[in-house]
Amino acid sequence: MAARTFTINDQLVSGREGETILEAARENGIYIPTLCHLDGVTSVGACRMCLVEIEGSRTLRPACVTQVVEGMVVHTDTERLRNYRRIIIELLFAERNHICAVCVANGHCELQNLAIAIGMDHVRFDYAFPVCEVDISHGRFGIDHNRCVLCTRCVRVCDEVEGVHTWDIAGRGADARVITDMRQPWGESTSCTSCGKCLLACPTGAIFRRGATVSEMERDPTKIAFIVAARDQRW
Amino acid sequence: MTRRILIDPVTRIEGHARITIHLDDAGTVQEARFHVTEFRGFERFCEGRPLWEMPGITARICGICPVSHLLASAKAGDAILSVMIPPAAEKLRRLMNLGQIVQSHALSFFHLSAPDLLLGFDSDPATRNVFGLMAADAHLARAGIRLRQFGQEIIETLGGSKIHPAWAVPGGVRAAPAAAQRAAIAARLPEARTTVLDALRRFKTLLDTHADEVASFGDFPSLFLGLVGPNGEWEHYGGRLRLVDSGGAIIADQVDPAHYREMIAEAVEPWSYLKMPYYRPRGYPAGMYRVGPLARLNICTRIGTLLADAELGEMRQRAGGIATSSFYYHYARLVEILAALERISLLLDDPDLDSGRLRAEAGVNQLEGVGVSEAPRGTLFHDYAVDPNGLIRRVNLIIATGHNNLAMNRTVAQIAQRYVHGDRISEGALNRVEAGIRAYDPCLSCSTHAAGTMPLALILVAADGTVLDTVQR
Repeated sequence: MAARTFTINDQLVSGREGETILEAARENGIYIPTLCHLDGVTSVGACRMCLVEIEGSRTLRPACVTQVVEGMVVHTDTERLRNYRRIIIELLFAERNHICAVCVANGHCELQNLAIAIGMDHVRFDYAFPVCEVDISHGRFGIDHNRCVLCTRCVRVCDEVEGVHTWDIAGRGADARVITDMRQPWGESTSCTSCGKCLLACPTGAIFRRGATVSEMERDPTKIAFIVAARDQRW
Repeated sequence: MTRRILIDPVTRIEGHARITIHLDDAGTVQEARFHVTEFRGFERFCEGRPLWEMPGITARICGICPVSHLLASAKAGDAILSVMIPPAAEKLRRLMNLGQIVQSHALSFFHLSAPDLLLGFDSDPATRNVFGLMAADAHLARAGIRLRQFGQEIIETLGGSKIHPAWAVPGGVRAAPAAAQRAAIAARLPEARTTVLDALRRFKTLLDTHADEVASFGDFPSLFLGLVGPNGEWEHYGGRLRLVDSGGAIIADQVDPAHYREMIAEAVEPWSYLKMPYYRPRGYPAGMYRVGPLARLNICTRIGTLLADAELGEMRQRAGGIATSSFYYHYARLVEILAALERISLLLDDPDLDSGRLRAEAGVNQLEGVGVSEAPRGTLFHDYAVDPNGLIRRVNLIIATGHNNLAMNRTVAQIAQRYVHGDRISEGALNRVEAGIRAYDPCLSCSTHAAGTMPLALILVAADGTVLDTVQR
């Protein structure tokens, strides 16, 4: 596989042909924030947290789905990017009802960690305060749409790793919701195998173990990549 | 001309409130009202949340007594899951509640009320605070602050944080302290005991020098409500309800707290966000009752530990049986700190705490559950209804400060009548009105958790009873 040499933040780095900027950056110890990206499943470039500047490119590009090109000059941490990332995080907080203090994922939440890393001390936008439901009809898991950021990690892991596709998205824009089967209560889903991969994949407290209390939802999303890697070796 | 005196805000209490005093033509106090001006809304926005989150959410009602809500909520959860929690879990919950009683009572006595009691009700208001207390008696102030810190440390040791530990959960608790941590708590008990015994000794001398305050700080007959053990002993976490009148007669006993609605009804007045609970069989407002440290000591047959029972005996002797003056709340608070310290000492040595079984697991087995615990300020009720999956459908919370609402209003009027006369309204007199409220250690942020719209009005009443002016919020 051919190597590609290019620069990230004035640092000369190399990557493999076909590799994304995000993968190459991580291999070279350069941090790019992500939210919807999950190792082990397809990247969709939805959250825009990993946007980077590429010299000569008119637009910002999501690092998780942009392949490395020989000689490209990438910047991952400019004032412009930091500003956009903070706006993105603030909009995510304003869009639903995220109450960290009493959330099952408090202290173990990727959204919260990003907000801290980005220095979000307050939200400059009006909160939408949408009415969102909580579904704990499943015997083991629950989904709280107040905390969902529509990253679709649950949708992808259910489809690509478990091979079931219980999860999907219904509605558009602010009305979009992750759904189980044909928007039935999760407990009535006939396709769900109760495998819990969506629970592992969820970056916030949206999908949680039924009965979890404040801060109790600790999970290890790297297990998804482990499952995928293990299966690839066997098959 | 009629006059209205407004005390706004009432200082050195937990929360926001004001008091209006109505004077007639002759300058005599006609009426006084204690207005609670906070609005919270917990009963409404908890609807739709999973049952398991309720202790963590309702603990946020208060930063002073989050543990009370944590425990009452977890107990309501236990009832809905229909579980017997493991013995270690119950004992650890008790330990945390005792830690909270120590810290909350220490805050009330040393930080908030000691400036009045030890520096004097008529002392300079600029220094009549905890800093003035430090200047006047650094040792006492330091000891009081350390006593509160000790109580907070117990909470932190068990729950991981001093404020809002989401540690008690439906079915039990999340973690147990290690033996070394328990030993660290035990090591601080002697100092705490010395502090409270010293405060008790000093407080008793005040009863002789402050006969006027004792007689006017809410000294009237009322009912007293609280939890007691199976033999009528002092309780703070479990047990059943007992109601005693000011003559000492037991009006109701061993009432299952789940049936509190048969005992308690709530009235609403347009001038306060704080509801007015009363003993249902006696009607409103005749069913006025008091809760909290004074009530707990008035209703119990004994405390059950050596030093505290001796102090209880002396308190009853001084009061002549049931203590009817709310000035005795301070006294009762100190006796309860002592009782809590003695019980903490016993609990720390309990071998059950090492069992490792802390949490009972179960699904939703009941659609309704009531959890009751004694908060530092009095009996706390959490009453939930859930759907079959465990999502909250209805929440009713009855908070200690609410129980005392009728009595606090009566106290304000009694003190105003004794100390406020026409144009000669001294700062010390106004301070006594506030101090009458402080005796109850009200927690207004807790007590105004309810949903609904209760407009707040300021009413100026003339001598002939006509309303001269109403300011509606």
